[in-house]
Amino acid sequence: MSISRRRFLKWVGAANLALIPGELAVASSGHHFEGYPNSGGVLYDNALCIGCRKCEEGCNKVNEHAPPDKPFDDLSVFEEKRRTGNQSFTVVNRYQTAEDPDDVTFKKVQCNHCLEPACAAVCFVKAFKKTPSGAVVYDETVCVGCRYCMMACPFEIPTYEYDEAFTPRVQKCTLCHPRLEKGLLPGCVEACPTQALTFGKREKLLKIARERIKNHPGKYIDHIYGEKEMGGTSWLYLSKTEFSNVGFKENLGNKPALEFTSGAISAVPIVVGLWPVFLLGAYAMNKRIDKNAKEETEEAVKISLQQAKDASDAKLVSALEKAANDNKREIEKAVNKALAEAESKKEDNQDTQKPLEKE
Amino acid sequence: MTEQPIVEKKISLLTPANIITGIILVLGAIATVIRFGKGLGAVTALSAYNPWGIWIWFKLVAIALAGAGYVTCGAAYIFGMKRYHSAVRPAVLIGLLGYTLFAVSLIYDLGRPWRLPYPFVVSQGTTSVMFEIGLCVAFYLTVLFLEFSPAGLEWLGFRKIRNMAVKITILLTIFGIALSTLHQSSLGALYLSMPSKLHPLWYSSYLPVYFFITSIFGGLSMVIFVSWLSDKHFSDKMDSTYLKEKDGVVLGFGKASSLVLASYFIIRVFGVSTDNNWHYLFSGWGALFILELLGFILLPSLLFAIGAREKKTTLIKWTSVLTILGIVYSKFMVSTYAFNWQLPSVDRYFPSGLEIILTVFIITAGITAFRIIVFLMPVFHEHKDYQTSTH
Repeated sequence: MSISRRRFLKWVGAANLALIPGELAVASSGHHFEGYPNSGGVLYDNALCIGCRKCEEGCNKVNEHAPPDKPFDDLSVFEEKRRTGNQSFTVVNRYQTAEDPDDVTFKKVQCNHCLEPACAAVCFVKAFKKTPSGAVVYDETVCVGCRYCMMACPFEIPTYEYDEAFTPRVQKCTLCHPRLEKGLLPGCVEACPTQALTFGKREKLLKIARERIKNHPGKYIDHIYGEKEMGGTSWLYLSKTEFSNVGFKENLGNKPALEFTSGAISAVPIVVGLWPVFLLGAYAMNKRIDKNAKEETEEAVKISLQQAKDASDAKLVSALEKAANDNKREIEKAVNKALAEAESKKEDNQDTQKPLEKE
Repeated sequence: MTEQPIVEKKISLLTPANIITGIILVLGAIATVIRFGKGLGAVTALSAYNPWGIWIWFKLVAIALAGAGYVTCGAAYIFGMKRYHSAVRPAVLIGLLGYTLFAVSLIYDLGRPWRLPYPFVVSQGTTSVMFEIGLCVAFYLTVLFLEFSPAGLEWLGFRKIRNMAVKITILLTIFGIALSTLHQSSLGALYLSMPSKLHPLWYSSYLPVYFFITSIFGGLSMVIFVSWLSDKHFSDKMDSTYLKEKDGVVLGFGKASSLVLASYFIIRVFGVSTDNNWHYLFSGWGALFILELLGFILLPSLLFAIGAREKKTTLIKWTSVLTILGIVYSKFMVSTYAFNWQLPSVDRYFPSGLEIILTVFIITAGITAFRIIVFLMPVFHEHKDYQTSTH
């Protein structure tokens, strides 16, 4: 059996997985990714959109999707809000103000091709990739189907082939990446009969958008949606009415999705590094406490034994002394008594002798 | 060869509990065939707006309660609470089964489950929280398996391997705690990616900490709850050591839960405060949040404290049920109900019947496995051949 160098390195790589901190997530420098230079994008100007649904048709054609239930020239679909689907990577919705039903604004929905996409940040097999062309592309050959990308996408764009038993895929607009590589325009842009969709380099599109706002005072809201939202997107939007009124989320903030989780991910190596030491420390501490307690008990037992011994020794000594004293006293007493007796006997004798002397 | 009279203890298998279990297992088996034969769409109500349903909810609850394993091992082996040793095996079994159910449920949930090794061997998405969870859960399942292996090896009579497994107890415990810290918190970190979709009262940059702390009192409560249930069903399997230490475990774990819940209450309030979300409290969402905060966090904390102080084990046991329900509620809010809160109700998610059946099926399978293992292996008692050599 031979193991190629490549395969060996792959194994080593797999073995070292735990050692790899998120390469992007924990970049501690002040570096900020602002998108690939010269990457492409599309500017959608809803003041110029007439709601003809030609973009939907163009998208359907180039992606070879199934024909829709209602034909593309049927405008009754605007009665309800639609979303992207497995067979429709883009949809146009119509918004009307309550006061004036003729005051309509359209909104085209498709993948915004974020500069730092949430779907790519959260994918655990790197199935999503931001290409230098601007497109965020999906690789179905590695996708496990966890659908975290769909959860994380702030624009709720990706869809899933739930009805496929064996080969379900995530589906979303590709910015016609295959067509871009051939030098063709995205299907929707090519089909647009007005100037509502403009394809070009993102930098240039931003300039165009600013020009339009400047040259038509009062016509546009002074904001280019997508310039900064979620760290910036390749699709940019100009609107004649408040963005929040025509289906744009305004609570997204300007941070790319990666930053929401980078803190948590960067805590991983710290826990890996410190926890075992803390826990071993706690373990050692308890072992030490046990040991100390044992030693202290032993010490205490020893001391009290010693004390008991000392006390009993002292008692013995004093008892002996006492005994000795007692003996001494007894002897003295006995001696004294004997002496006293002898004395009194002597006196008696003298007394008895006296009368004898008198007689 | 002489014929020996066979003494057979009659165990009736046709109890109501077993019949219900049987029905659920059969229904689950049918639903499983549909799931893998016709795809997720045939059994779930998942949609483009709601790619994660009640299976994820179940997974979050299962992992939080399976914290029983690392919490009990940590208490008994690392933090020197030797009185809890007899609680270790039931707790490790809870952990092992909890994580196994997580893995089984994942196989149902993934579009292409056979690609489960891909994140490790084909294409590593290291910026993903999911990647870290996958890695940690895979490692921790191994750790749990090894931690529980002495029970199985004693049952099988493999003394040598069993003694080797016992020798690495401390190492496994430390690995277990480190891995649990990581993935328990990372399950919360999953939801950090979606601030615009999760209701602000439940979204917080502290979510990883919330999930980790939940697994501590979740694990403690699960040990109390399972030991209570086991008293009723496996009392014949318990030895004198277990019975002697049992009430001490309930009181000690109750006291610990009370403290951890109290600190959890405080950090949840801090969460509202740091993001200045007070105004949301005066809405319907606020009422649901306050219910969680007061009814499922503060109340059990107080009840545990009273139970531990007054030495009322029954109160502690009921409070463990309340705490577990609180975790079920909390995970429901994060994973399902407070998610996509701004969407019109027509786009919201409601589980399908088969989704519910499969969830019940997986839980039932877990309980059945618990019963079989407790029946066969030394879990609530020390094996008679290994009493002196046990840790």
